[in-house]
Amino acid sequence: MGNPVLVAGVGVISAIGKNTAESLDALESGRAGMGEMHWLNSVHKSKLPVAEVNLNNEDLASLGGLPSSVSRTALLSIIAAKEALADAAIDNLEHLRVGFISANTVGGMDKTENFFSEFISNPQKGKLRDVIHHECGSITELVADHLGIRHYISTISTACSSSANSIFFAARLIKNNILDVAVAGGTDALTKFTLNGFNTLMILDPEFCKPFDENRRGLNLGEGAGYVVLVSDRLISSLKKQPYCSLSGYCNANDAYHQTASSPEGTGSFLAMKGALKQSGLNPSDISYINLHGTGTQNNDISEGTAIKLLFDGHYPKMSSTKSFTGHTLGASGGVEAVFSVLAIRHGFVYPNLRLTTPMKELPFVPEIKFLKNEKIDHVLSNSFGFGGNCSSLIFSKLK
Amino acid sequence: MQVFIKSASSISPQKTFGQSSFLTEPVEYAGKKLTCIEPDYSGIIDSKLIRRMSRIIKMGVAAAAASLKEAKITMPDAIITATAYGCLEDTEIFLKKMIQNKEEMLSPTAFIQSTHNTVGAQIALMLKCHNYNNTFVNRGFSFESAILDAILMLQENENNHVLAGAADEIIDTSHSILSRFGLYKNEPVSNFDLLQSGTKGTMNGEGATFFVLTNQASKENQAALDAISTFYKPQSITETEKNILSFLKEQSTDINEIDIIITGKNGDSRGDEIYQRLSHSVFKTKKQVHYKYLCGEYPTSTAFALWVAIKILKHQSIPSILGMNSDSGKPIKRILIYNHHQNLHHSLFLLSAC
Amino acid sequence: MELIMDKLMADLKRQIIAQLNLKDLKPEDIGDDEPLFVEGLGLDSIDALELIVLLQQEYNIKLSSADEGPKVFYSVKTMAEYITAHQSQKE
Repeated sequence: MGNPVLVAGVGVISAIGKNTAESLDALESGRAGMGEMHWLNSVHKSKLPVAEVNLNNEDLASLGGLPSSVSRTALLSIIAAKEALADAAIDNLEHLRVGFISANTVGGMDKTENFFSEFISNPQKGKLRDVIHHECGSITELVADHLGIRHYISTISTACSSSANSIFFAARLIKNNILDVAVAGGTDALTKFTLNGFNTLMILDPEFCKPFDENRRGLNLGEGAGYVVLVSDRLISSLKKQPYCSLSGYCNANDAYHQTASSPEGTGSFLAMKGALKQSGLNPSDISYINLHGTGTQNNDISEGTAIKLLFDGHYPKMSSTKSFTGHTLGASGGVEAVFSVLAIRHGFVYPNLRLTTPMKELPFVPEIKFLKNEKIDHVLSNSFGFGGNCSSLIFSKLK
Repeated sequence: MQVFIKSASSISPQKTFGQSSFLTEPVEYAGKKLTCIEPDYSGIIDSKLIRRMSRIIKMGVAAAAASLKEAKITMPDAIITATAYGCLEDTEIFLKKMIQNKEEMLSPTAFIQSTHNTVGAQIALMLKCHNYNNTFVNRGFSFESAILDAILMLQENENNHVLAGAADEIIDTSHSILSRFGLYKNEPVSNFDLLQSGTKGTMNGEGATFFVLTNQASKENQAALDAISTFYKPQSITETEKNILSFLKEQSTDINEIDIIITGKNGDSRGDEIYQRLSHSVFKTKKQVHYKYLCGEYPTSTAFALWVAIKILKHQSIPSILGMNSDSGKPIKRILIYNHHQNLHHSLFLLSAC
Repeated sequence: MELIMDKLMADLKRQIIAQLNLKDLKPEDIGDDEPLFVEGLGLDSIDALELIVLLQQEYNIKLSSADEGPKVFYSVKTMAEYITAHQSQKE
C-alpha cells in the first residue's frame, strides 16, 4: 500500500465560520449557516435560502491578502489554504517539493456574469479584468502564486466530488514520491449561474434543507473553501506538531447511470465506499462515523442511503450530513467535509444532522441528531457524489 | 515500469480523424483561427445521447470512442479528461438566457452540459463504465495532469488500460474575448506562414485528442511514453534550459540521443523568443518540427503534439508539411516534445519507438 | 373542440421536437396517446424539466410542483388536456 499519507494541517471557511474554531463552535451549538441571500444579487433573493459566507469581498480580501477585485472563489480559497498551511507549521517548505492541488466548479464566474451583462449588448464592452480569471485553473494559480507554491499546481473539476478528488490525487502524488507536501482541497463561491442552474433542476429546497428526512425537498446552495495539508510520512520526524490523522483510503468510481440523477441502487456510491474500505484495509464495521454527502435531495439521499444499507449491512456507524449546516458548497464540499472529518477524529466529535424529524422509511438507520463528544472516532468515511456520476469517498484514520 | 501508448485519435483542424494517411493533405487557414474538421457523428455516437451534446462533447466523445476502438478496448480501467475552457457553448447559452430572461424560464440542458466533467461523464455513460473518472482543468497543464494521473494509475495497478485525453473549443464569444487580450495576429495570415511572420500574436485553435495508455507490452503499441514533466513560471530562459537538461538527465538520456524535437512555436514573436534561444543552446544541431500552425494555439494543444509524435514513431517518417526532410533512412527512435503556453506552463514529453 | 385539440396536439409535437432537440423525429412520428416517458419515446428526467419550461414559455402555465409532471406529461394528449383545462381557467 505504500507509506501512509498524513494530515498535518486543516483550514476551512463557510457560512458557519471563517476558520476551524468558528466552524467547530457552530457545529457544536447547532448554528446553521442558511439564511436569506445577502451578497448575491438575484431575483430569487427572497425565495431561495442559501448559505453564504458572512463577509463581503472587501472583508474577505483583508483576511486573505488578495485584492478585493478578484473573484470571490479565489478570495475564499486563499483564506482556507493559508489557515491550513499555518496550522501545519512545516519548516523549510522552500526546500521541499510542495504542490497545490485545488478544485472548483465555478472558476471566476461571479465576475464573468457581470462582464457578460455588458458584453451581450456590445462585444467591445465589459471590463477585461472581470474575465481574466474566468478559468477554474486561473483561480488556483492566483492562490498558488500568493502562497509561493510553484513546484506543482493542478486543478480538478468533477462537480460535487471535485475537492475529494483533489485530496485523493494529492495523496497519490505524495505516495509516488513526486511531492513531499500538498495543500489539497477546493473552493466555490455562490454565483447566479449555479443558483439558476440548480433552480432549473428543481432540486432546491425553498426552506432550510433536511438531509435524510422523509420529507426532504432539496438542497440549499452554499459557498466556502476547505483544504488539508498532506505530508509524506518521511517528514513525520521533522513536523513540529502531531499530525491529525492519516488519509488511509480513497476511491473514485462512476455511477454511469444518468447525467444528473444517481442510480436508485447507488451503484457509484457503493463502489466508491467499498473501494475506499478496500484500499484502507478496513471492514465496514471499523468505520466510526460517516460524513454523508447528504445534500437533502430526494434522489441523492435515497441513493446514498441504499448504498450504505447494502455495504454496512446491519453494522451502521454513526453518520450525519454537515450540509445541514453549511449548505452544499459544490466544488468545495469534499474539502470542507474532509476538514470536518479530520477534526472529528482529533476531538472525538460526531456532528448532528440538523432538521431531521422523520427518518426515511426505506432505511434501517437514522443519522445522529445530537452533537456527540468524547466518542471513540478511529476511522471516518467522507462521501462526495456529483453530477456526471462522479463518486468519491475518502477515509481518514487515527494514528496508532 | 514502462508506459505505452496503444492508440491515439484526434479531431483537429487537419484531416486527422479516421485517416490511415498521416498529414498528407494539410489544410490551410487564412484568418485568425483554425477550427476542427468534424466527422459525421451518426455512426459513432448513439442518437439518444447525441441530441444533448454540444460540439465539444461530440468531438471529445468521438475521439475517445475512436481511440478505444483502435486499441480494441471496450472498457477502460480509467477515464481521465482534460479541458482548460470547459464546455463554452453550453456555458454561453445558459449565461445569455439567464441575463436576457432575467433569471426566469431557463432550460436545464445547457446548464447540465456546461460542467467541465461532461466529456468524461458522457464517455462513462456511453460505456457504462464504473471505473475511475477524473477531469483536470488547469489551463496549460490540464492535459499534462491527465497524463500524469494516467501514468500513476498504470504504476499502481497491473494490467491496465487508461483512456486519457483533452478537448478545448473555440466559440465566437471566446475568440472575441481572447482577441481583446491581444493574443492573436492583428492582420490575417495563412497558418502555413504563421511561424515566419515575426510579429506579435498567434492563431487561435481547438481540438479533441484521446489516447489509450497501457502498462502491457504488445506489438500493437504505437510508442512508449518514457517520461513527462511540467514547470510553472520559470524565472528566466536559463531556468528553462536547466529544467530541460535535468529532465533528460533523470531519464539517463543525453540530448544527442534525441532524433526529433517537436516544439510549441506559435508565431508570436514574444513567446517564440524562448524557442529561438533554445535553438542556439540546448536544442542546437537538433532536428526540430513545430505543430501549432496545424492546430492553432490553445491550452491543451500538447495533446495534438503527442498525437503527431506518436504518428511519426509509428510511420517512421515525417510528413512534408512538417517541413523537414526525413529521407535519411535512419530510424526515428526518440522524440522530445517541448511546449510552453504563454510562458506560464511549460511541458516536456519524452517518447521512444516501440 | 376536436379540431382545436388536434391543432394543439400538432403544435405540441412540433414544440416538443424543437425543445428536446429530437432531430430524427417528425411530428407525425409521435402518437397522440403514445407514452412519452420510460417506454414509447423514452424521455428522461431532464426532458421532463424541459417540458415544464416549454409549458411556461409557450402557454404561460406554471406547474405548481415537479410531482405533477408524470401525470401531465404522460402523453401528448394528456399535455393538451392539461393546457386546455388551465387556459380556460385563466379566461
